[in-house]
Amino acid sequence: MAYLDHAATTPMLPEAAEALTAQLSSTGNASSLHASGRRARRTVEESRETLADALGARPSEVVFTSGGTEADNLAVKGLYWSRRAADPARTRVLSSPVEHHAVLDAVHWLGEHEGATVEYLPVDAHGRVHPGALREAIARAPEDVALATVMWANNEIGTIMPIRELADVAAEFGVPLHADAVQAFGQVPVDFGASGLAAMTVSGHKIGGPYGIGALLLGREHTPVPVLHGGGQERHVRSGTLDVPAIASFAVAGRLAAERRGAFEREVGALRDRLTDAVLAAVPDAILGGDPAPGGRLPANAHFTFPGCEGDSLLLLMDAQGIECSTGSACTAGVAQPSHVLLAAGVDPDLARGTLRFSLGHTSTQADVDEVAKAIGPAVERARAAGLT
Amino acid sequence: MTETPQRPLRVLAAMSGGVDSAVAAARAAEAGHDVTGVHLALSANPQSFRTGARGCCTIEDSRDARRAADVIGIPFYVWDLADRFREDVVEDFIAEYEAGRTPNPCLRCNEKIKFAALLDKALALGFDAVCTGHYAQVIVRADGSRELHRASDMAKDQSYVLGVLDEKQLAHAMFPLGDTVTTKEEIRAEAERRGLAVAKKPDSHDICFIADGDTQGFLARRLGKAEGDIVDESGARLGTHEGAYGFTIGQRKGLRIGTPAPDGKPRYVLDISPVDNTVTVGPAAALDVTALTAIKPRWCGTAPTGPGTYTAQLRAHGGETEVRAEPVDGELRVTFTEPVRGVAPGQAIVLYDGTRVVGSATIASTTRATTAA
Repeated sequence: MAYLDHAATTPMLPEAAEALTAQLSSTGNASSLHASGRRARRTVEESRETLADALGARPSEVVFTSGGTEADNLAVKGLYWSRRAADPARTRVLSSPVEHHAVLDAVHWLGEHEGATVEYLPVDAHGRVHPGALREAIARAPEDVALATVMWANNEIGTIMPIRELADVAAEFGVPLHADAVQAFGQVPVDFGASGLAAMTVSGHKIGGPYGIGALLLGREHTPVPVLHGGGQERHVRSGTLDVPAIASFAVAGRLAAERRGAFEREVGALRDRLTDAVLAAVPDAILGGDPAPGGRLPANAHFTFPGCEGDSLLLLMDAQGIECSTGSACTAGVAQPSHVLLAAGVDPDLARGTLRFSLGHTSTQADVDEVAKAIGPAVERARAAGLT
Repeated sequence: MTETPQRPLRVLAAMSGGVDSAVAAARAAEAGHDVTGVHLALSANPQSFRTGARGCCTIEDSRDARRAADVIGIPFYVWDLADRFREDVVEDFIAEYEAGRTPNPCLRCNEKIKFAALLDKALALGFDAVCTGHYAQVIVRADGSRELHRASDMAKDQSYVLGVLDEKQLAHAMFPLGDTVTTKEEIRAEAERRGLAVAKKPDSHDICFIADGDTQGFLARRLGKAEGDIVDESGARLGTHEGAYGFTIGQRKGLRIGTPAPDGKPRYVLDISPVDNTVTVGPAAALDVTALTAIKPRWCGTAPTGPGTYTAQLRAHGGETEVRAEPVDGELRVTFTEPVRGVAPGQAIVLYDGTRVVGSATIASTTRATTAA
């Protein structure tokens, strides 16, 4: 049994589980004024400070949400609405074409229903947006850009974007840049303050915290129009009673993710390199996805394309061997689609169907790598025989 | 002697999201086989939810199948066979109607999709068999060869739509529901007992890719309206129709002829002529068929070399009738002991020896007791 799908979700850290369960039996709405409320609020605010510290942000820049998807929606839609409200000319939304669907579908929706003109920035063969491309897109008509959004690191192929440089370009024109950092947090240095970003998304369960909690890091000068209206919590941009246990647990996971990041990069990165070598040795014509340079990709990501194979077939065969991984791409009605990330990076559509993503994490071992090394060759052979339907 | 496998097989269970295929998969798993569930996505643009009691192609059906697989405790995948299904089943269905014949898409789906595209992929991936919720039996003879038989419960039997399977396909087919006499209520009770939420799901009827059940409307959208004449056996014009493809031999309802027949008896569709877009109607007696020729015979085992006496089934829910049949020049020549009524070209004739399926062929032309038109 080898769990190699940490990019989907990673096991909770014992410390985070402990923090969660410790809070579950306590009562208190963090908005209440009485003692129980004050206790809850103290927990929330200490957690906010912990998380801010882990991410190089100020506590007031942490807006808790129900997870990465909500934070992405709040950033993309909320900033679009507020920027357009301030100046009706601002209807252009710049996005990379390799975003997670939480961003991609949100910008698409703005285009369909809110009069936005969505422009997808070109990416190179590794799926990377270059600062020059962003500059070109903004400079064409700087006054009509509502916002730009480019993920910090890609969830499928692990490519790391030059966020600092992109943010510099955006700042030059006064355009807010949002980054989905769900996959980056804990794997590469993520410093919100130093990044120059206007907004940044993080999620609890991808770093060993609980499901259903995330945050939008939000520069203090930005006030997106809320997606959820209500009691006015979280700077009035995200209403809803705060989930104190989840927030406490998320903060613990966030602190540990930041503290252990260097060791993670070294140790998990070394395992990942061995896994990559093993797969390429067993299947010489497999194509490593994303940037092959160690500094250009997430240390825990190994993504491959296997020519002539259906990703679904590979998944089934690996699963039957107790190896849990992913094709990396989203599915529609349960049907695997060719990866939009690979298509954007210029990969042939048939090739883009034959992918597997192995994503490692804090519980990964050499034994996991050995299992993949043993199973991948025969699985690819079988999947090739089954062909593409 | 029902097959009791000596070794556990790697089984791919086709799961539609309905109760039969869920119970079939559960039984296969319980028998000790290594079962993986797969739902076939057959529609390019699946609807989110079921409408009425039809279809098996919505996202909700796929979720029902996945839910059942999770309860059974087997891996589950959705395979996209929409392109193959469109080419081999839907387009074939339309072309057959356009040519004035009456196709059976379920049979075509078993022949081309479930026990061809799906089976081929399953075998390539290392599976030994495909399991479905059909009511039919596979019986292994002493020499290891396989026979397809009617289900133990004749009322539920679906061997007709499996009659197209050849011996190679049968060798990898598993029908766990076929060898027990079970009412639908008992299958539902079994599903309930197994914790399968589909226990109370309504049965699917009709044609899965025509969600609203309106075959005429579906054909009209695909083939367009083509007004033509409805005539009697003498050629006299009785009315008009909006497309000859919309009719089936033996059809009585929906003719919309104003004037009654001289003898006051109901009139039936006797003949459909796509060439001049004419539908001929006449009395029931003119529907009597004494013989037919069928093409593309497929045999479950060795093809017979000479004439033989069989029982035959001519429709999915039709009764049995005695025939003499003989393969001649790659076709099947059939004569009926007693004339039968309402035989539609395009449908399959399935030959049985007792409960055993001998083979099947597609009806191409018929000989009438009295000459129509």
